[in-house]
Amino acid sequence: MSAAASTPKARLARFALVAPLALFAAFLIVVGFGLRHDPHREVRSALIGQPAPVFDLPGYDATHPGLATSDLAHGTVTVVNIFASWCLPCRVEAPQLAQLARQGVVVHGLAIKDSPDGLATFFRNYGNPYRRIGRDDDGRAQIGWGSSGVPETFVIDGKGIVRHQHIGEIRADDVPGLLSEIAKAARQ
Amino acid sequence: MKRALLLAALLLATAQTAAPTERPLRDAALEARAQSLMHTLRCVVCQQASIADSSADMAGEMRGLVRARIAAGDRPEQVRAFLVSRYGPWIDFRPPVTAETYLLWAAPVLVLGIGALLARPLFRRRPA
Repeated sequence: MSAAASTPKARLARFALVAPLALFAAFLIVVGFGLRHDPHREVRSALIGQPAPVFDLPGYDATHPGLATSDLAHGTVTVVNIFASWCLPCRVEAPQLAQLARQGVVVHGLAIKDSPDGLATFFRNYGNPYRRIGRDDDGRAQIGWGSSGVPETFVIDGKGIVRHQHIGEIRADDVPGLLSEIAKAARQ
Repeated sequence: MKRALLLAALLLATAQTAAPTERPLRDAALEARAQSLMHTLRCVVCQQASIADSSADMAGEMRGLVRARIAAGDRPEQVRAFLVSRYGPWIDFRPPVTAETYLLWAAPVLVLGIGALLARPLFRRRPA
């Protein structure tokens, strides 16, 4: 046996036995590590530092004005909140948006695939912090912002340049950070 | 009876979750161009699928945007460039050829070569 083990053929046979096992072990290790790793990543808008996208959207009824790019470059910092009445986390952030509005921040809304009825109910239950609301019925404007979900919030400086993006709902402990981003945008 | 109800409920559920009807472009050549572009754009919601293969709402909106812009005469690369300008280069779902992925691209040739080396003794003529 020991003599046979050194012939090329015997070595090849042993290799043929061990190599698949080793490959399978390596495969298991890779899969094991892969399962622990969450491949989902936050997709941030590429518009930070760029002008706000071009859009012009209708309001949600006759008495409320819509929202357009030209509403975002009036010399004051504006906040554009991408939301929907059907979005649960949007209810969570409603008090924080109301707080921003109370402190004098100009908050506009972009309602994604919504209806006037849905919006009216939402505002009745959770309040309406928005100066202007644009209805993005087909979600095209949202793509223009580089937004990948609701809710998201953008801070735009007085010249219409996008300065900050907040992904997900604004929680109470996010407010100070957001206010400092707004103050930073005001100095731009 | 119970079974029939369950079946009806299941059928109803599948009918409701089915993707909303999307109309292909009337021009077959444009639709084919739009489709092939959709296969190379990443869905930002599911992330590991193209917008062509994703059932996320967001992917449906992006398919709508792709079709509208292709129908309006945009070249596929212009549409891709627009989406990259909004979401960054990661939205490009084509496998990139970079220093990090050279090994991946070369893997088929390498594995074939190793296989040929391993199999060579088997094809060698036995000494008479």
